[in-house]
Amino acid sequence: MTLEKLHLEHVPDDYRVYVGLFKGVTNAGHLQSQLVARNADYEYAFIDASSVLSRLQLIGAVYKALSVLLDGTIKTPNVHSEIVCSLSPSNNISEAYRRWGITATTKDIIIVKVLFPTETRAELPSAEDVWQHITENVHGAAVPFSDDELSQCTDWPKVRKYYKLNGAPALDGKGEEEKIREMSLLALGAMALRGI
Amino acid sequence: MLRCLLTNLETYAKRKISFTMTAATTSAPSTVEHEFPPPKVLLYPSSTAPQLITQGAEGRLYKTTYLFPSIPCALKYRPPKPYRHPTLDARLTRARILAEARVLVKCRRDGVPVPAVYCVDEGAGWLMMEWVEGVPVRMGINEWLGERVRDGEEVEEEEGREQKGALVDLMRRIGDAVGRLHKTGVVHGDLTTSNMMLRPTRESSGERGGGRDKVLEGDIVLIDFGLATQSTSEEDRAVDLYVLERAFGSTHPRAESLFDEVLNGYRAAFKQAGQVLKKLEDVRMRGRKRSMLG
Ligand SMILES: Nc1ncnc2c1ncn2[C@@H]1O[C@H](COP(=O)(O)OP(=O)(O)OP(=O)(O)O)[C@@H](O)[C@H]1O
Ligand SMILES: [Mg+2]
Repeated sequence: MTLEKLHLEHVPDDYRVYVGLFKGVTNAGHLQSQLVARNADYEYAFIDASSVLSRLQLIGAVYKALSVLLDGTIKTPNVHSEIVCSLSPSNNISEAYRRWGITATTKDIIIVKVLFPTETRAELPSAEDVWQHITENVHGAAVPFSDDELSQCTDWPKVRKYYKLNGAPALDGKGEEEKIREMSLLALGAMALRGI
Repeated sequence: MLRCLLTNLETYAKRKISFTMTAATTSAPSTVEHEFPPPKVLLYPSSTAPQLITQGAEGRLYKTTYLFPSIPCALKYRPPKPYRHPTLDARLTRARILAEARVLVKCRRDGVPVPAVYCVDEGAGWLMMEWVEGVPVRMGINEWLGERVRDGEEVEEEEGREQKGALVDLMRRIGDAVGRLHKTGVVHGDLTTSNMMLRPTRESSGERGGGRDKVLEGDIVLIDFGLATQSTSEEDRAVDLYVLERAFGSTHPRAESLFDEVLNGYRAAFKQAGQVLKKLEDVRMRGRKRSMLG
C-alpha cells in the first residue's frame, strides 16, 4: 500500500488524512467526470502533480484547508475542493480548479483523502478500504509521495509562472535543493494570502 | 511613541521570563486561563505544548509547530479587544494581520532576510511564520559588551574593549539588512535591536571565531512587521534609521559610537542611501530641538 497517512500538528486526532501519488494515469477524464457529477464515492482531492513543487507545499495546502474547515469558515463545497483551492495564490476558484485540479489529459495525480466523523458517519472507513477504492478506480502506477518523485512530475516553468517566481531575488545564487525549498516557502506565503 | 517603545525594550528581559512561566503552567487555575485564552487553533493537539513567548500590548507570540513536530513556528496572535466595538475590532485585526503578512511575503520574495509566512487566518487574528533560531540582536550585543541587566538597570563592566572588529562587522550586517529592506520599498516602523534576530549560521556552530565574538555571529533576520508600511519616502526611511539610532543610544550606549557602521552597511546595500542619510540629518535636528524644548 503506497498510501501515506499524515499526522498533522493542530489537527484533531479523529481527522485522518491520506495522500498518494499516481504516475502515468490513463483515466483522468473518467475521474474528472465523477467529480463534476458530484459522485459521493469520489470525494477526493485530485491534484495535477505538475503544478506542485514539494511535499511541504502540498501538505501546507492540506493544513490550510483543514484549518478553515475546523474554523467553520470554509469557502468551497467541502474540504477536498478546499485543498485544491488552497494551492492557489488567488481567490479565483475556477482558475484554481483549472490549474491545480485534473483534466482528461493529466498524467500524474496527487490524491488526498480526508476523513472525519460526522453525525451521519461515526465509523470511518479504514486505510485499506480507502486504498482499495483508489486502486480500483485510478489507473496508474502508485509511487511514494516523496520530494524525489514529485520533482520529476513538476512542470517548473509553469509553477514559476503560477507563483510569480520568475526573477525573484530570493532565488538568486541558490543550489537546486535550496531553490526548491525557497520556492516552496514563497508559494506557501502566496497561498496564505490568496491574493487578498 | 518612541518613549513607550523604549520602555517596552527595558522591560523586555523581565517580561520574557515571566510569560514563559505563565505558558508553562498549562494546568493553572482557570481564572488565569480565562485571562489569557489562546487562539482556537492552539487548542487542537500538537506534539509539544505551545509556548507563550511574549505578551505585548497588541498581541502575543507563541512558539509552536507547523505541520510536523520537526517544523517549529512562531504564531502571532492579536486577541479581540473587549473595549472595542466587535465589528470594528474584527476589521482592524484582520487588516493588521494581513498587512503584516503581506509585507513579510513581499520582503521574502525580494530576498530581504525575514521569516517565511506559513499560514494566515486573518479572521481568527493569527499569523503563522517560520521560527527564527537564535537570540535578538539586543541580547547578543549586551552579552558581548558584558552588560548585565540587574533589577532593570544596566550595569557596565569596566573593561577596555579594544577589539571591536566583531561588533563593527555586526553593525554593518544590520545596515545591510535595513538597506535591503528599504530597497524593496518597505519601512519597518519599529526598528530596534529587539526586532532583529541573530540566527546562527551553519558554519558558526563550528569553531570559527570562537570565544567572546561568537555571540555576535550569525545572520540578521528582521522580525516584527506589525508597524511596517510600504513606502519609498526618504523621510520615512530616515525616520526608520533614526528610531534605530535612538534605540542603540538607549539600550547599548557603548555601541552608539559605532552606529556609523550601520550607516556604512546601509550605504553599501542601497543605492539611494545618500539622499536618505541627508534626510537623517534633518530628522536628527528636529529630534534635538524637540528634546531641548522638553
Ligand atoms: N519568527 C520568529 N522566530 C523566533 N522568535 C520570534 C519570531 N517572531 C517574534 N519572535 C520573538 O517574539 C518577540 C515578540 O515578537 P514581535 O516583536 O513580532 O511581537 P510584538 O507583539 O510586536 O512585540 P512588541 O511588544 O515588541 O511590539 C520577539 O522580540 C522575538 O523574541
Ligand atoms: Mg517586537
